[in-house]
Amino acid sequence: MRPTDTSNPEYFHKVVDCQYACPAHTDVPGYIRHIAQGEFTEAYMLNRKSNVFPGILGRVCDRPCEPACRRGRVEEKPVAICRLKRVAADNRDDVSALLPKAPPSNGKKVALVGAGCASLAVANDLLPLGYECTIFEKLDVTGGLMRSNIPSFRLPADVLDEEIDNIVNMGNCEVRLGDGVESMQALLEQNFDAVFVGTGAPRGKELNIPGRQEADANIHIGIDWLESVAFDHTESIGKNVLIIGVGNTAMDCCRTSLRLGADDVKVMARKPREFFKASDWELEDAEEENVEIVINHSPKAFVIENGKLTGMTFELMEYDIDANGRITEQRVTGEKTLPCDDVILAIGQENAFPWIERDLGIEFDKWEVPVVDEKTHQSTRAGVFFGGDAAFGPKNIIWAVEHGHQAAISIHKYCQGEDVSDRMPDGQNLASTKMGIHEWSYSNDFDAAERTIMPHVSLKERFQKLNIEVELGFSPELAAEEVERCLNCDIQTVFTDKLCIECDACIDICPVDCLTITHNGEEDELRTRLSAPADNHEQDLFVSGPLPQTGRVMVKDEDVCVHCGLCAERCPTAAWDMQKFTLHHPHARDEATPPEQKEVA
Amino acid sequence: MSFMKKPSARHPKLPVNELGLTVRDYEGGMSTLCAGCGHDAITGAIVEAAWGLSIPTHRFAKLSGIGCSSKTPAYFLRDSHGFNSCHGRMPSVATGANCANRDLYYVGVSGDGDSLSIGMGQFTHAIRRNLNMTYIIENNGVYGLTKGQFSAAADKGSKAKKGEVNLQPAIDPCSTAITLGATFVARSFSGDKDQLVPILKAAFNHRGFALVDIISPCVTFNDHEGSTRSYKYSREHFVPAIAADFVPPAEDIKAKYEEGEAMPVQLHDGSHIVLRKLDKDYDPTDRVNAVSNLLENNAAGEITTGILYLDESQPDMHEVNNTAATPLIDVPYSKLNPGNDTLRKIQSRYR
Repeated sequence: MRPTDTSNPEYFHKVVDCQYACPAHTDVPGYIRHIAQGEFTEAYMLNRKSNVFPGILGRVCDRPCEPACRRGRVEEKPVAICRLKRVAADNRDDVSALLPKAPPSNGKKVALVGAGCASLAVANDLLPLGYECTIFEKLDVTGGLMRSNIPSFRLPADVLDEEIDNIVNMGNCEVRLGDGVESMQALLEQNFDAVFVGTGAPRGKELNIPGRQEADANIHIGIDWLESVAFDHTESIGKNVLIIGVGNTAMDCCRTSLRLGADDVKVMARKPREFFKASDWELEDAEEENVEIVINHSPKAFVIENGKLTGMTFELMEYDIDANGRITEQRVTGEKTLPCDDVILAIGQENAFPWIERDLGIEFDKWEVPVVDEKTHQSTRAGVFFGGDAAFGPKNIIWAVEHGHQAAISIHKYCQGEDVSDRMPDGQNLASTKMGIHEWSYSNDFDAAERTIMPHVSLKERFQKLNIEVELGFSPELAAEEVERCLNCDIQTVFTDKLCIECDACIDICPVDCLTITHNGEEDELRTRLSAPADNHEQDLFVSGPLPQTGRVMVKDEDVCVHCGLCAERCPTAAWDMQKFTLHHPHARDEATPPEQKEVA
Repeated sequence: MSFMKKPSARHPKLPVNELGLTVRDYEGGMSTLCAGCGHDAITGAIVEAAWGLSIPTHRFAKLSGIGCSSKTPAYFLRDSHGFNSCHGRMPSVATGANCANRDLYYVGVSGDGDSLSIGMGQFTHAIRRNLNMTYIIENNGVYGLTKGQFSAAADKGSKAKKGEVNLQPAIDPCSTAITLGATFVARSFSGDKDQLVPILKAAFNHRGFALVDIISPCVTFNDHEGSTRSYKYSREHFVPAIAADFVPPAEDIKAKYEEGEAMPVQLHDGSHIVLRKLDKDYDPTDRVNAVSNLLENNAAGEITTGILYLDESQPDMHEVNNTAATPLIDVPYSKLNPGNDTLRKIQSRYR
């Protein structure tokens, strides 16, 4: 293998699994260390820089970081990253003085369609640069899906309000509630310099099986139903409820049903558990509330008696699954009818753009999805940008935030007459954490503690009102235990080959056997010769240049390194050093900074 | 030295030996030696060899004297027996322990000072007795614990850290041991585990005295230009004469080697050491040839490594002295202590 090029930020960034998996590349280990120091405000602000809504995301983020967390490979459970984010939000001081304010207008006007997370993220990046933003929202409230689809027992309204206000109150921002855009053409005629579409994926998928029309009164589309509950239009549901689908919307539907009077709620899944779309923790929370999740039931028909829904018929499924976990064959082995009073369909969402005229130069593909550049978020009409679920179909809040950041860069460049595709690359900074002969400026000792359990409101209390938040959040004391589980993957093991004397000290001390000095070879063959099995090909091998005394190479399998720093402590020549990696992932403000003042080259 | 313990986290796919243990189960406490000390690499090799042989750790007895080397038994095989004796007196303690229980694997760790200066008498007589033990010399050519004076193993003409030149000739433990009648003599280098681990496995299974002299650079006091025990010098002058492969009893050695290229030597437990000649003039089963080769190579400035001499046919101390086959711990107390009457009878014989 060729020596690893660690000057490319991609290499060390990938080592920080959580940060790499986060669409917005939040500096997770960085803010966890702030929490460990009791610096909740600093932790919150570091979060806000990347993900804009730490209080909201600390409760309801889809957490791509947690399945990626290295701790999950070293032992079973990842660090409770998301819950720690909430600790920072819950315990911080007033941050208003630290938030950016809009300077005098630069004369450029930007229209943002939809007041959801994507549009708000764009506004968050553009307002401090002097842009005038106008947000159009068809509902009477801001927040989009975050308010209408996420039940208040998971995300309290005051958390939402505060973080949204922090953006729209920066200045130069007009929020037009109850003013949904009816026509893109009309909007384009209003002399905005750029338009951003962040209208989400507002249409729930249908299930067209026999009985659908006749039983319409008791069949609800999940996201519409959640919205009508959120705005108090729906206040009750039948005793027996079936939820069709097993994604995160289904989890919100089943738990909301329990709070509106249902006492027997079943979530009906077509496939076995390993194919569920819902996040593990959302499944756990639903099951804690005694929701039954029924697998291998495929909907066949609604059962109607006397014009009213009384049940639903399912085909019982059986699957053959191969070694890779793929279904190779499926069979129907029988049929079963379950009684029910109401059915909620939670089987997916789609984009819908009835308000965009098709002759404006904004192209749509054969699925009626707009053609959007993945990097610039620009549509086929210059100056019109898409982000969030509206751009590439349903994802989640954290993706929408990153879309917002990227679209804001494009809008800024477009408004300044620059090429939107000519963007600053990611940069990195590395700084030694060495404080003394065996002292580091981070907590390098491995803490074998298991994942801290989130305290919940008791089952008895939580159903009394719809908006009782179930998760109590970690207390600072619980958080202090959980932070020590973080492996500080951003404190990188940086190797200088010309200093190595091949004494083997690092190899002997490494608790997870991730180091080897051996003769170089091709990657697949080299992986078979390392100190411990290196069969996780998703994790890179670091390969040094030839070592001075024997010409062999130092190889590090990044897979389960716990960043304890012992390789560097036991190294007599400081060939290994532990260096803090800081990713510089540019936002609009970086693009707007004059070249001579830029943070990272 | 590091102040934290080695993390309990381990690689989730670490292989296990026949006892279901990982190599981590054979480790000891955290080393307090200087970072980069050759002794720590030897510790790593002992751990790997013991794990690879699937010997339960409580079947080992670790013995040592005084010095940096003699601290290392604390760093490997945490669940085994141990005795840290006076300076240079480890062989006596090993002899006593061996008499009391011949079923343990005895691993003595000593240094060039502990063995070749203050303990020279003990060292030579342990060889002469053919004491059944593995005797490791962690040889760095200096007194590291007293800040880097030349030891008796320092080569004539080598330079100390501050520049003084050593004017006295070195004692070579390997040729000395062969001339004294040692039955297993090997030399290796802490920086070459591929060579060292099979040698240790063979040494543990050798019946009789197995000397393993290991060049182990002192990274603090003897790793500079002009030193003949530095990592760099050792790598440049290191000449493997004999490669040794250890083959456990259950494995068929014929499947692995062509006839003629290798010399399999059967150990008393049925395992084999397969010696492969890398230097065609060297015969590790011929004592005179071995010594003359070593002296010649030494004069040429080469550090000859590998299993330098091996003789499985010699009786060990137990056989010569007809010691009790049963470890004293397993002898019933009534037999071990036959009582006052018996003592009186014995005493009356001498009146």
